[in-house]
Amino acid sequence: MDASNYLYISALLFTIGAVGVVVRRNAIVVFMCIELMLNAANLSFVTFSRINGNLDGQVMAFFTMVVAACEVVVGLAIIVAIYRSRRSASVDDASLLKR
Amino acid sequence: MMQLALEVGQTATPEAVMFWILGPLAVVAALAMLLVKKAVHSAILMAFVMVVLAVFYIAQDAVFLGIVQVVVYTGAVMMLFLFILMLVGVDSSDSLTETIKGLRPIAITAALGFGGLMVSLLGRATLGRDAVGLSAANADGNVEGIGYLLFSRFVWPFEVISALLVTAALGAMVLAHQPRSSKKSTQRQQSINRFRGESLATAAGLPAPGVYARHNAVDVPALLPDGTPAPNSVNASLKARGDMLDSNTFDLKKISTQVEEEK
Repeated sequence: MDASNYLYISALLFTIGAVGVVVRRNAIVVFMCIELMLNAANLSFVTFSRINGNLDGQVMAFFTMVVAACEVVVGLAIIVAIYRSRRSASVDDASLLKR
Repeated sequence: MMQLALEVGQTATPEAVMFWILGPLAVVAALAMLLVKKAVHSAILMAFVMVVLAVFYIAQDAVFLGIVQVVVYTGAVMMLFLFILMLVGVDSSDSLTETIKGLRPIAITAALGFGGLMVSLLGRATLGRDAVGLSAANADGNVEGIGYLLFSRFVWPFEVISALLVTAALGAMVLAHQPRSSKKSTQRQQSINRFRGESLATAAGLPAPGVYARHNAVDVPALLPDGTPAPNSVNASLKARGDMLDSNTFDLKKISTQVEEEK
């Protein structure tokens, strides 16, 4: 087995996450799909780190994890704030700018 | 033996077995995450994918990242997701109906194109190239290696990211903060309201909701001694949600009291 198989699976997971962001309507599920995309990117960072034989990729993946944690905290706070004002967690309902 | 196999650039057989079992499972779980209806099920499947990724990290000599993945993602982030899910509640936005017309076929076509492009690009970029392996970089230990990099070459990004964490925590506090709309009533004020309010009838407290043997019953109003239900015995928020049951259905008159003769 070649180490690049991990890269293929990372590409697949990233694509699935992207489809989820577009297709699903629940804001929390959309958010989880974004997390899936970040995780897929992390997997390719780790794999490239192994292919190239240095630890830079792992440090980058570590930074990505911290940024993802920040993003989850702020994003979920936004979802809770929207839910408080509009009583819905659907991404279709927050469309004040359109009307 | 593991080290030898890594040096040649090919992964060892146990890793291949692990990959071909867990890899398809992760992809199937990720696909199911899109297809299941309930957000809670999506969260569980997401946690599974994250654990599989942690195993992949550890298999690829990224021990520290594998542990961090389990602790931070499946531990903290997924718990936060589940917490918000429980707070926000499961509502109608869980339905899988297509709200924008023609979105789904377009999204799937674009995804097939994008995925095919990524896989073919990756195949061209790495085909025929041997993996170096991390046995040299991890010679002093994986945590030591990452720590050395973090505090030498990447010390500036590391500091910036700490500022980002503090900012995110502050931002979440500001966003989630909600000022009180009314002043909190003191114990003295509550006592005055109770005894000098509209009537003395509720001075001793409201009646407790009925507990019937046939129903688990905070949502059933109590029956007063004259047989009429007392709606104020049920919690106001249950009433507002429409979860209050009619206590007439639990009336003993409705139950058949006839005893059939046994043969």
